[in-house]
This record gives sequence, structure tokens and C-alpha cells, in this order.
Amino acid sequence: MNALLFNSTLVVYAVATAIYLTYLVKPKESTGRAGQLVTLVGFLVHAGFTLTRYLAAGHTPITNLHESLSFFSLAVVGIFILFERRYKVYILGSFVMPLALLILAISASFSSVIPPLNPALKSKWLVVHTVMAFLGYAAFAISFGVSIMYLIQAHFLKKRRLGPMFQKLPPLDMLDDISYRCLTFGFPLLTFAIISGAIWAETAWGTYWSWDPKETWSLITWFIYAALLHGRLTTGWRGRKAAMLSIFGFVIMLFTFLGVNLLLPGLHSYK
Amino acid sequence: MNIIVVGLSHKTAAVEIREKVAFAPTQMEKPLKAVVALPDITEAVIVSTCNRVEIYATTRDVAGGMARLKRFLADYHNLQLETLEKHLYSYHGEDATRHVFRVASSLDSMVVGEPQILGQIKTSYGYAAEYKSSGVILNRFLHKAFSVAKRVRTETKIASSAVSVAFAAVELAKKIFGELSDKTVLLIGAGEMCELAAKHFINVGVRGVMVTNRTFERAEKLAEEFDAKAIRFEDLMDQLPRADIILSSTGAPHFILHQKDVHDVLRRRKMKPMFFIDIAVPRDIDPKVNDVENAYLYTVDDLNGVVATNLEQRKVEAAKAEAIVEQEIGQFFKWLSSLEVTPTIVALRGHFDEIRKAELAKTLSGWKDLPPGAEKKLDALTNAIMNKLLHQPTSLLKKSEQGNRNDLYVDALRNLFDLDVAGAPQDNMMDLDTD
Repeated sequence: MNALLFNSTLVVYAVATAIYLTYLVKPKESTGRAGQLVTLVGFLVHAGFTLTRYLAAGHTPITNLHESLSFFSLAVVGIFILFERRYKVYILGSFVMPLALLILAISASFSSVIPPLNPALKSKWLVVHTVMAFLGYAAFAISFGVSIMYLIQAHFLKKRRLGPMFQKLPPLDMLDDISYRCLTFGFPLLTFAIISGAIWAETAWGTYWSWDPKETWSLITWFIYAALLHGRLTTGWRGRKAAMLSIFGFVIMLFTFLGVNLLLPGLHSYK
Repeated sequence: MNIIVVGLSHKTAAVEIREKVAFAPTQMEKPLKAVVALPDITEAVIVSTCNRVEIYATTRDVAGGMARLKRFLADYHNLQLETLEKHLYSYHGEDATRHVFRVASSLDSMVVGEPQILGQIKTSYGYAAEYKSSGVILNRFLHKAFSVAKRVRTETKIASSAVSVAFAAVELAKKIFGELSDKTVLLIGAGEMCELAAKHFINVGVRGVMVTNRTFERAEKLAEEFDAKAIRFEDLMDQLPRADIILSSTGAPHFILHQKDVHDVLRRRKMKPMFFIDIAVPRDIDPKVNDVENAYLYTVDDLNGVVATNLEQRKVEAAKAEAIVEQEIGQFFKWLSSLEVTPTIVALRGHFDEIRKAELAKTLSGWKDLPPGAEKKLDALTNAIMNKLLHQPTSLLKKSEQGNRNDLYVDALRNLFDLDVAGAPQDNMMDLDTD
């Protein structure tokens, strides 16, 4: 049942990605709507998978890379659905859905066996800490996709290359706005994830902060996004500069999430 | 019944001629009533815009009807028919249909794809409907033309790109800012194209307009025209951060905005994007301004380039539109030919006879001890009843063939008895599209 739901999600996301990429080539209202619908179906199946996994494991299913990548993908799609409804630009899907599909595909490459829960994770903090962290990551992921769109569109405008691709992409200010909203949504979540992590660490390991690689890199990620938001509010880091910083922040965030788990040994190395 | 078109347009007549033949939109009653009063003309619609004057009419006598309409156009405007005639074109049948469908779809416009023409024809049709100069055929004909135009607009991209420099500027601004309703436009200097662009921006709804000029009085004058705010040229640098879209066309022999100025201005407005449009020759704005973060500079040549690309695109879309028009002509003609009297009578009789025969067969099959010869007698009886019933409407239809109302009768009969006319348009002719 669980594997079936997971594989169905993969297939539906792949279909949604294909539809959105078709939309990129030939933007028709009906294609966009189909993409939206298929994505929603995929999200529901994915949520179903996460729920059955929770019931089967008896704890929040974000304890290893298979589970957390899957939840990351779910959060990306969920937030994307919200933004697509708000801004009504299907083309967002052409940039976000491939990302969600990729994350889920990587998740599929890790073992899906439910291992006995690491005793260190047996805590009510697990759900708070991980869900907030991954919702934050997802918001940053969407900001990343939108920032790429921004850079492409700004390049077209500067070079006066106003081809069909330029016509399809949304206005610069709208992209800037979506990216900013994602950051204002993701940043507090990341902040709370770090704080809740510190509190949990105090109860589990007896110290709030032990400079384990995950903690260090989370802090670096936090500083990048903090700088970006601060710069925007004070000196006006918007447009290209903001887009490039958001892309940089996402790369660092990915390292915090994946690189640390896979490469750097530490307290957080759950695989 | 035939549809004929007589008229002239920007393609056949210069504005000096067109303005003489134009009809004032407020006084359409008199000419419309005069046209339908002409012998052999049964219905009429007059379309009069700055680019064309056309009469659409129905007639039994194509050549005579066209001649009368031409004579009417000349007489009504006190012109010599001989001088007017060489500017006039006339179409009938399929060509007339094609012409009107193309006009409504903006395929015959000076700027192909411009959206105004459809509204103008709708207004013209409105007058004809108000003064009852149009009837069954022209009603259906024009509604068909409207739906063809709508199809062309939704199925092709004929009207989706800007084909004037001013419009191109507005479209580009939308690609940078999205919504323009909270944006401010600044005009530096004055010039025809600059003012035209400003008008387009005002039309799409910007928050405000500022005007500056080296002579403050001229700025004030222009500001009054645009309901804008005049600012002194010396204050330009102070006011610049408040502007999102800058239209510049001064006669200055050198740049008036340099890279460094723009860089400072952007910092002062927290890097919110700015869109500079330099229409002046020689240029007003240093091209290096385009290198400034979040500043976008377009010159008149850049905009002309956009327009040229869009016009090419329109040509491709126009070919698709022509195909739609051809398709719709066929459909409309099926309906039009169904309005002929003789086939309608044949269809009506056929319909009745079918019912008669079916009922007769039903009765006879259940009747066992039928006396000899009764079958023939029953057949004759029912046939006689049918003929009697149909006699009056049939002869009236035949008689009305020469008159003006037969289209109404034929159309009503077709609808009342659901007489099948293969492929006739089934769309509801009352769904006048009012956008």
C-alpha cells in the first residue's frame, strides 16, 4: 500500500512535470489547467502516502533521507499550489514541478524500509522541528525556482531579446514579489526550526548548541537569508541581486540538508 | 435572396474622399430608412468609420441593387457618381460574406488586428436594429460576422502583440512592473510620439503623470492636458526617484541623464526598477544607463524593432484567421440557401407526408377485416386532408417570394417544423456578444 502510493506519486508528478514543460513550449490555458489539476491529485496521493507511513511507523515520518526528501517534495508542491492559486501563473509549475519530481526521485533511491526509531529521535519535538524545517526549505526552494525565472526574464529585458520565451514569463516585479513572499514565509520557519532544535538538544543531549555540522550550516543558511531580507528592507536588495542571493542561499541550504547528512559526520547524520 | 456590399475604405480612397462619404453616427435614421426604401432593397446596415464607409444590403436583383446603392451614396452626399465610382467596390454572394467577415475580424484594417473595428460594426448594427432596417438575413449575417471575429480573436494571436511604438512601450512596461496602476510616468520634454505614449499609459491606468520641460510654461500647458503635475526642469533629479516610467524626448543636443545620475536615483528609491524610454534623436539618455542594476533603457529603435517583429507575427496569424473565415463562409451559405422558398416547400411537404404515411401504416397493420379497396381510399383521404391543410401556407409562400417577408416565413417554418437543412448553423442568433 505504502509503496504503491509512493510510486503513484512519482508517476503523477512526472505527468504533471511533462504537462508543465509542454506549457512552457506551447502555453495554452487548457494545458495550464490540466497541470494544476494533475499536481493537486499528485499532492493528495503524496499526502496519503505520508499519512499511511505515519500510521505504519507510529512516528512522524521524517527520520531518514528517504522520508525527509519525500516530505520536502510534498512541502514544495503544497506551497507551490498555494502560490499558483494566488498569482495564477501556470508557468511557475514549469520551474517548480521538475524540482519537486527530482527531489522525490532522489528520495526513491534511498531504502524505504521503516527502521526502528533512533532512540534520540523519540520526542514530541521531532514533529515540530522537522516539519518547520522542511516547510522552510520548501519555501526557499520555490524562491529558488522563481529567482531563476527572474534572472532569465531580466536578461531578456536587458539584452532586448523579446522572443516567445520572454512573452511567456511573468513580469519582473511579480517574480520579485513571489520570491520575497517565499522568503518571508520560509525565514521565520527556519528560525523556529533552529530554536526548537536547540531546545530539543538541551533536553536530549543536555546542551543547547554543540556546533555539530548541521547546526553550524543551518546557522550559515540562516545568516544568508537574514542578510537577504535585511538588505531588501534597508538598502533595497531587490531584483537581480536578490535573485542571485536566493539561489546561493538555496544551494547552501541543500548542503545543510543533504551534504551534511551524507558527507560530514555528526549528531544529525541520519541516512 | 442575395447579400450585397457596396463601399469604400482606406484601401481604395484617400481621406479626402472618405470624409465626404461618411455618415454621422448620430444621424443614422435618415440614411438607413432611405436605403431600405430603395426598390429591390429589403434590408440594410450602414457601417461608417474613419477608415471605411460600407452598406450591407439584401436584394433579389444583384446588379440593380448594387447600382442603386452606388447611386444612393453619391446622391446622399451630393457627389458626382462618376468621380465616386472609381473608389467604390462592390461584392455579392460569397465574396460579400468573405468581405464582411474579414472586416469584422480586422483582417481588412489599416493595422491588421486592431480591435476597434468590431465594436464599430456592432454599433452600426445597433442603429440598423433600432431603426428596423435589418431583418432575418442581415441579423443572422452580422451575428455570424461577430462570432467569426470572436473566433479569430481567441484562436489566433492576431491582436495579442503591440504594433505601434507607443503600445510597445506600454507592453514592455507591463512586462517589467506587472500592474501599472500604482506606477508614475514622467515626461521629459514634449514631442508627438512622447505624448502619444503618455496617452497610452494614461489609458491603461497609471497612478500619476509628471511633466517637465526646460520652459516651465510649456510643461504646465502639457500638464493641464494630461491632468498631470508640472515640475521644474531644475528639480528633475529631485523628482526622478518618484518616477517608474520615464519618457524622454527633449531637443537637447547631449545626454540629459547619465549613468551616474540613474545609479544614484535607483539607490534613492531602494533599487525599485525603472523603465526609461528614450524617444529623442539625438538621444537624451546615456546608453550606459541600461547597465545600471534594475534600470531598463529602450530607445525608439529598440521599440521599432519590437513593432517590426510583432507585425511579422501578425502576418502569420492573419493566415490562420483567413482559414477560419473561409470555413465560416461555407456554414453561413448553407443557412442562407436554406431560406429559398422551393426547397422549403418540398421539405415541408416531405415532412407532412412522412407523418401521414407512418400513421397510415400503423392503422392498417392493426386492421384485420378490411374491405377490398379501403386501403386505397384511406390513402386518398389522408392525402387530401394533407393537401388541404398545406394549400394555404404553400400558396402564401409562393406569393411572398416576390415580396419582402418570405425570409421571415421560411425561417419560421424551418424552425417550427424542424425541417432538416444539412449543416445549417444551429447557433442561437440572439446571443449578441456585447463585450
